[in-house]
Amino acid sequence: MGGPAIRLLIGAISLAAFATSAVAAEPVDIAIGYLGRATVPQTLSPVDQPAADDGVAGARLAIEDNNTTGKFLNQRFTLLDRRVKDEEDPAQAANDLATKASFILANLPAEALLKVADALRARSVTLLNVGATDDRLREQDCRANVIHVAPTRSMLADGLAQYLVWKQWKRWLLVTGSHDNDKLFADALRRAATRFGAKIVEERTFEDTGGARRTDSGVTLIQRQMPVFTQRAPSYDVLVAADESEVFASYLPYRTWDPRPVAGSAGLKPTSWDPAQDQWGATQLQNRFVKLASRRMNALDMQAWTAVRMIGEAASRTNSGDAKALSDFIKGPNFSIAAFKGTRLTLRDWNLQLRQPILLADGRMIVSVSPQEGFLHQFSELDTLGVDRPETKCKLQ
Amino acid sequence: MSANKFVATCISTSLAGALWLAPTAPVSAFVAYISNEKGNTVSVIDTDSWTVTKTIKVGQRPRGIEFTRDGKFVMVAVGDDDTIQLIDTKTQEVTDTLPSGPDPELFTQDAAGKTLYVANENDNTVTVIDLQKRARIGDVQVGVEPEGMTVSPDGKFLICTSETTNMAHFIDTGTRQIVANVLVDARPRFAEFKQDGSELWVSAEIGGTVSIIDPAKREVTGKIKFAIPGLRSEAIQPVGISITKDGKTGFVALGPANRVAVVDATSHEVKKYLLVGQRVWHLAFTPDEKYLMVTNGVSNDVSVIDVAAQKVIKTIQVGELPWGITIAQP
Repeated sequence: MGGPAIRLLIGAISLAAFATSAVAAEPVDIAIGYLGRATVPQTLSPVDQPAADDGVAGARLAIEDNNTTGKFLNQRFTLLDRRVKDEEDPAQAANDLATKASFILANLPAEALLKVADALRARSVTLLNVGATDDRLREQDCRANVIHVAPTRSMLADGLAQYLVWKQWKRWLLVTGSHDNDKLFADALRRAATRFGAKIVEERTFEDTGGARRTDSGVTLIQRQMPVFTQRAPSYDVLVAADESEVFASYLPYRTWDPRPVAGSAGLKPTSWDPAQDQWGATQLQNRFVKLASRRMNALDMQAWTAVRMIGEAASRTNSGDAKALSDFIKGPNFSIAAFKGTRLTLRDWNLQLRQPILLADGRMIVSVSPQEGFLHQFSELDTLGVDRPETKCKLQ
Repeated sequence: MSANKFVATCISTSLAGALWLAPTAPVSAFVAYISNEKGNTVSVIDTDSWTVTKTIKVGQRPRGIEFTRDGKFVMVAVGDDDTIQLIDTKTQEVTDTLPSGPDPELFTQDAAGKTLYVANENDNTVTVIDLQKRARIGDVQVGVEPEGMTVSPDGKFLICTSETTNMAHFIDTGTRQIVANVLVDARPRFAEFKQDGSELWVSAEIGGTVSIIDPAKREVTGKIKFAIPGLRSEAIQPVGISITKDGKTGFVALGPANRVAVVDATSHEVKKYLLVGQRVWHLAFTPDEKYLMVTNGVSNDVSVIDVAAQKVIKTIQVGELPWGITIAQP
């Protein structure tokens, strides 16, 4: 009786040994897609103009980092970069990518992202939103197959508001652009003002009347327009601008009628990352990035880096390349990721949003990092930023 | 195990023997060198009077700091100058540099003091330096952002932790090949052996734990976890580790939790949290193990802990953003 059982056991052991050596010879391949727009938006300042590899360069660096770790675990990561033109169907492009990759980073506007998420619903593909800051994607329009690495507008606005309130700059003049995204950011800023005890003393709208963002004699005209535009405001401490469309905000600093600082879309900006960030070991990350991309790392690059590292982290913790095992681990209670922001980042389980500190940068330096001291929370201080569990409208499905 | 302990005792005795030749120092007085990351200085503290006796100007961003085994020099890694500087302990001035490779942060040396191993965070490399020739003699490719470095008490293995790969790499010091990779929690920053070689402790700053590794099996056998009432768990970020020579008590610096944990090194249970200054980084015992000194990065001071009483007895102001510390006989 014992004989065959032992033989069977020996057989099983040698089979296991064989399986291990076979795995050792052939690394586990983990392909990650990057789906972004082909067009690059225009910015007011040429310094801010995104490079052609904006975002995807961060993903590439994380692939390199994952592969450095992967060589110890016999895992190999690859990146498939796909850009969609405005007239193209993003869902079709996503479906193409999904035949080769189980994880897709998406840098798409909200509507396109939802279209892609719904098109991929039948497949076991996880989307990682690295670009869209729309709160609705994490609230009423949340999807179970989308993990959000980019912060929301409300997280950004709350991060800024906490600092302005700490600074005792509680009276805000809010200037909003005329495009939809500008209005959404203004909504987040109004919500933040109410939450943290700031007062919006007056609101103004800056109409986009068209025209080129850069002209040869632009400064002369702007210098006359901006003081007039900000004239006759009630007493205020700080001008807060909501201009995601890059129409006017960068014209405001040093040109307001009253000598006041500017924050929001210009001046002191809330962001997930900045080329100047070098705290908490970020110097090494920035150095690696400069080597790879010949420029410093911005927020979109960092969001893409973090997304790819999240997949790499799941692969090394589970010692697996199985898409479901990885996505279950990322969504599970033991997941956290180190991302050079002084604290571990975790996922909000109610809407799959990555918790993260918000940096406040002036274009040259990091001025502060929120949450600010004293803004407490019963669970995580990072949940003082953005829409919290009791307020959420998300029902994941 | 007992043989290892015997070797360790021999080394410390012979080191002390060599230093007895130094003139007229009170028996209990030691000298501590503290690197000030922002100040670009090294503060020298006399442990008899607990005062700063000298502030030495060094290169940019000094962090890792250690005495050479013969006590003649203090080595300090000045990362932004891509070198390790040598401070002559007689003159207390920088007299030479070592070819450390780019951006050195932490380093370690073998028991004989002949070979120095340096973590180069920028290019995922450990640089090997011959200390006598002061020349680079090799390198080892490791994971992303190597940082914590230590040599096993038997001298056979170099341990290097890589902060983004989240592993402790076991490197054979003879062949300079990686022989094992042990996955630990996020952002491992420091590695320390018990002197009998029975355990390797690795702190994970972002993971918030210390992994206990069995060096023979090269497996994580347990984890030290920390919980401080009223403090959010993200603020608990273990960094520096010191374990008493008898292997009974461990001290773990908890970064922005502003505390040093006192750990029963046998049961791996935290016995006590000692409140120190802000963002506590690294720690070092006086050679007689009566005192433990810890650097507080944000409050610009050093706390002195009475080891037997497990109490903070003193705080000493040093330079801007103190980071590393090393102590020996003067």
